[in-house]
Amino acid sequence: MSTQNKHTLSVLVENKPGVLARVSGLFSRRSFNIDSLAVGETENPDVSRITIVVNADSSPLEQVTKQLNKLVNVLKIVELDPQQSVQRELLLVKVRAERAVRGQVLETVELFRAKVIDVAPDTLTIEATGNPDKLDALLRDLEPFGIKEMVQSGLVAIGRGSRSITTGPALRAA
Amino acid sequence: MTKPTPETLANRANPATVAAAAVAPAVITVPPTPATGAGSLVRSLEALGVEVVFGIPGGTILPAYDPLYDSSIRHILVRHEQGAGHAATGYAQATGKVGVCIATSGPGATNLVTAIADAYMDSVPIVAITGQVSRPSIGTDAFQEADIQGITLPITKHNFLIQTPEEIPEVLAEAFHLASTGRPGPVLVDIPKDVQQAQTTFAWPPVLDLPGYRPTLHPHGKQIREAARLIAAAKRPVLYVGGGVLKAGATDGLRKLAELTGIPVVTTLMALGAFPDSHQQHLGMPGMHGTVPAVYALQKSDLLIVLGARFDDRVTGKLDSFAPDAKVVHADIDPAEIGKNRHADVPIVGDARHVIDELIAAISGTASGASSYEPWWSTLNDLRTRYPLGYDEPTDGTLAPQYVIQRIGELVGPDAVYVAGVGQHQMWASQFINYEKPGTWLNSGGAGTMGYAVPAAMGAKVGLPDTAVWAIDGDGCFQMTNQELATCALEGIPVKIAVINNGNLGMVRQWQTLFYEGRYSNTELGTHKHRIPDFVKLADALGCVGLRCESKDDVDATIKAAMEINDRPVVIDFTVGKDAMVWPMVAAGTSNDEIMFARDVRPAFEEDDL
Repeated sequence: MSTQNKHTLSVLVENKPGVLARVSGLFSRRSFNIDSLAVGETENPDVSRITIVVNADSSPLEQVTKQLNKLVNVLKIVELDPQQSVQRELLLVKVRAERAVRGQVLETVELFRAKVIDVAPDTLTIEATGNPDKLDALLRDLEPFGIKEMVQSGLVAIGRGSRSITTGPALRAA
Repeated sequence: MTKPTPETLANRANPATVAAAAVAPAVITVPPTPATGAGSLVRSLEALGVEVVFGIPGGTILPAYDPLYDSSIRHILVRHEQGAGHAATGYAQATGKVGVCIATSGPGATNLVTAIADAYMDSVPIVAITGQVSRPSIGTDAFQEADIQGITLPITKHNFLIQTPEEIPEVLAEAFHLASTGRPGPVLVDIPKDVQQAQTTFAWPPVLDLPGYRPTLHPHGKQIREAARLIAAAKRPVLYVGGGVLKAGATDGLRKLAELTGIPVVTTLMALGAFPDSHQQHLGMPGMHGTVPAVYALQKSDLLIVLGARFDDRVTGKLDSFAPDAKVVHADIDPAEIGKNRHADVPIVGDARHVIDELIAAISGTASGASSYEPWWSTLNDLRTRYPLGYDEPTDGTLAPQYVIQRIGELVGPDAVYVAGVGQHQMWASQFINYEKPGTWLNSGGAGTMGYAVPAAMGAKVGLPDTAVWAIDGDGCFQMTNQELATCALEGIPVKIAVINNGNLGMVRQWQTLFYEGRYSNTELGTHKHRIPDFVKLADALGCVGLRCESKDDVDATIKAAMEINDRPVVIDFTVGKDAMVWPMVAAGTSNDEIMFARDVRPAFEEDDL
């Protein structure tokens, strides 16, 4: 999987009904592909933050950013550089773990600093957070045991250092 | 930056004026007063300066129609909601004010959709107000329920579903502000019936809360200087002028800029009237049916100065062969237009009026003169002489549609407003009528909405009752929305409708002639062969005067007869030949270099290649 054209956009929006539909609708309407999307409140309850991973060359990316900026409910868009930001996904995975292999599964869990969050006689449910590469690696190692079910969150990301994107004039009145 | 105040944001002639709302006249102030939601809605519209609305009542908008009954606002009862939408658009385009249309929920609202999409494509400031089923019924597939907010998401600048009666004044003020400022566009406000019925308080002015909306009006000084530098260095520059110049009220500035620099001007379909057609520097309209000199000028230019235009495919033809040698200075109020279709060497975000004023100031400081474009002008003037707009008289003795349209323009004159539908007649009206003033040419450019002309002419005439308003329509277009002539007849809106009746869907037929070996699949309408409908009888039935003209000799007399009638709408059935074609033409998807001056006639460019 190439990460060449992947871009992480942090989109700060007014926390109002229908805003997510406006944002996601714009992507499909303008033929842009969303790889992942996560949305939640920020420290300011009037502002939500949508983290979008989009697969695009730089010129279409500029266009989608400009189109997003035109949405009245969009307050600010920042592209987060992977080198200058921390990026995390959450993974919950239910793995086959009969008695004979349970030790091996737990060893893998340990190795990736993941957690077992539910136990059944023949399965373990594992929680892991990390950047997409780490979670891919974990899944690769768990695969031989048999993955019964998995669910993954969209990526969330935040810039490194003390600077914050949620302050500034754009968010004054929100 | 302080928040814009809403009281003067509506009904403003142009966005630049709105930005200067600090110098606003009389502010209406209303202390909190008990009202229903519907009362609050109507009082908000009054406070916003709305004089006229176009609409049709129905179940969920009924509460709003009760206070409207007592209001100073004129309500024009249309016959179809699409008519209300286009009328609001025509009103807005003719006056520069915000047009307002009202419909009920469900089918009433969805009937507005074409008109809203049309206004969106042409950046026209309209506000559509729709009734919605009561809040507890939303999402239950209730009678006449439609998710009009969801439906219009991609075709509005913004839309609102009002949740509580308290927010009505604020949302209305925001809707008018959004519609009329920045890049104008349609805004829809959906109001549930129970919100209209609920008790609330009305107070004015409200405070706008649009933290994410900050249009850039003033261009960046560095970019202006860079543009001026490129202009000074250019040998073959062209001013490529779009509708944004009209919307910004920048036509005086444009003329100054053009005359100061001596640069040739082309005006797009949406910009006709922004620069006088009679001006020596005007090369005409570029694009699919543009003039040979205008198309050629863009193709051979070394610098395009693009003002409020968006490199539409109908202008550029095949994009990768468009103006291959040109550097591009692209000024638009919408940053998303810059670089969307064509790379901009100098991107300028700003209102066209400010951009032009600042360009003039920057250029005045540099040493550039008209003389430096001498070779460029001599090439263009030569093309003008060799490839003027024209047409051949039909050999079958039928009436030439181009002649009819040209005579209307000549007899009615440049002070009238001309409104076209979509198709051949629209292109001929763009070519053979001279537009000398801003706001005298209305048409559906981006969306290409057949049926636009009659209701849009109605809206324009309501906005400008003392101005002659002539719709140039086709027989196909006319049959889509002519029911609004009943509205015109009853409401005292004496528009003139010239139906250029060739008995066919003419532009489609032209393409069938050129690209489908003359296989005329489903383009014959029967308005000639069977005279169904008979437009004269139809006009009569709709309370209009119906006239018919079938020969060249009667054209002038018929137009003059129509001009004499001012107490009723007039419909003229100009029965014209079906084989006339629109030329020049750049076939869809081909390069502008392939422009055809007439069938099988390509202009000889090679010899005068620079």
